[in-house]
Amino acid sequence: MKHSTGSVQRLAVPVRAIAQRFAFFLLLAAAVGLMVVGKAETVLVERVRSGVMDVVAPVMDALSRPAATVANSVDHVGSLIDLYEENNRLREQNARLLHWQAAAQKLAEENAELRRTLGAVPDSVADQISARVIADNGGVFVRSVMVNAGKSDGVRKGSAAMTGLGLTGRVTSVGDRSARVLLITDLNSRIPVVVEGARARAILAGDNSEQPKLIFASHTSGVAVGNRVVTSGHGGVFPPGIPVGRVVASDAKGIRVQPFSELHRLDFLRILDYAGTRATALQAKGDTDG
Amino acid sequence: MIAGALSRLDRFARLFTPLFTGIFLVLIAAIPFRIPEYGRIAADLGLIVVFYWAAYRPDLLPAIAAFGLGLWQDLVTGGPLGLHALIYFLAHWAVASQLRFFQGKSFAVIWWAFGLVSAAAMLLSWLVVMMLEGAVIDGVPVLFRWAVTIALCPFVTWILARLQHAFLRQI
Repeated sequence: MKHSTGSVQRLAVPVRAIAQRFAFFLLLAAAVGLMVVGKAETVLVERVRSGVMDVVAPVMDALSRPAATVANSVDHVGSLIDLYEENNRLREQNARLLHWQAAAQKLAEENAELRRTLGAVPDSVADQISARVIADNGGVFVRSVMVNAGKSDGVRKGSAAMTGLGLTGRVTSVGDRSARVLLITDLNSRIPVVVEGARARAILAGDNSEQPKLIFASHTSGVAVGNRVVTSGHGGVFPPGIPVGRVVASDAKGIRVQPFSELHRLDFLRILDYAGTRATALQAKGDTDG
Repeated sequence: MIAGALSRLDRFARLFTPLFTGIFLVLIAAIPFRIPEYGRIAADLGLIVVFYWAAYRPDLLPAIAAFGLGLWQDLVTGGPLGLHALIYFLAHWAVASQLRFFQGKSFAVIWWAFGLVSAAAMLLSWLVVMMLEGAVIDGVPVLFRWAVTIALCPFVTWILARLQHAFLRQI
């Protein structure tokens, strides 16, 4: 009896060592496997991601409010200090904008008249969903933010997200009450754009830096520093004409664009439901034509 | 009988304290603070947590829990799935295999050790992401992230030490 328990004990220790080493390699393989599966972007991975997002969203919503309040208070104090200069600057800007408003009204009337004459299909106006940024990411490898609007608010995968200043990103993952927006500076972000002035079509490709670059440009001859870049609407996913940024460098190394949107200070985003409204608009036109 | 159940519940809650600190700090690290320059160079608070508990209570935060925390970090931040699972798991393994080193050492030594472990972790994560994405990624933000993480290490470890003292003395 004693002999058999002794031999069982002598067997147990190396078995445990092997089991530990096995566990190490098992976890290592699991991590690598997860990376491969995650890269494949299967439906299951999508669902897990959006499921976790939905769980985390209410918590992040609550946690991010104090930080937002602090940031707003700091901004408020800052603006109080610059009150006098800010006032003068705003007066001048107001006067300029009133001139532009008059010009814009005239142009709008002319535009409407021309459209009527040509019988052109009207650009559909995108529905807007307002959402608050509740979580940022690690910042280093992925540039994305989480917002507190999801499927139940009408957000769809692929929708454009923008601030008042310009395009911010594209919705890549949608949960019930939350969604993830991939910023235009992210490595995997590709947006079809057009450079105003030069009328060059290109793709805005992020590379995790502050200034995404333009690739696959149809021509680079007219592109100069200071040109505005807007969405071209190619592919039908983003509405055309959304301001994206301004060209800040155009040389042998490539064309760099400084986004209008302040990507470090995102508070509220507008999510545009373009694909949905465009489909309805085309359907309506089809009904009236047919 | 109720007293027995409550004490079991109490013990259960205490056992999971390290894991809860990890879950909570990963969420804290994802809060959007509006820092103007250099985008978001968030500290990797999860790495500090894994390092601390792997050094002082590896029985309460085993390798698989470190793996799980890494996975949690990936899911919360929307980063490449499995990246931090790998990094945290390897960091845990590296620290837990050197337990004797951490006994009775001053904080400065611990901090220095964390500097080494986190440097290796950041470097590895940078290389892995470049392999995954198939593109060269600027290393300067990674360097900043390492610096911020090291700077926050004393504060986070102080908090964790207080928690350990408060909840885990009897366990």
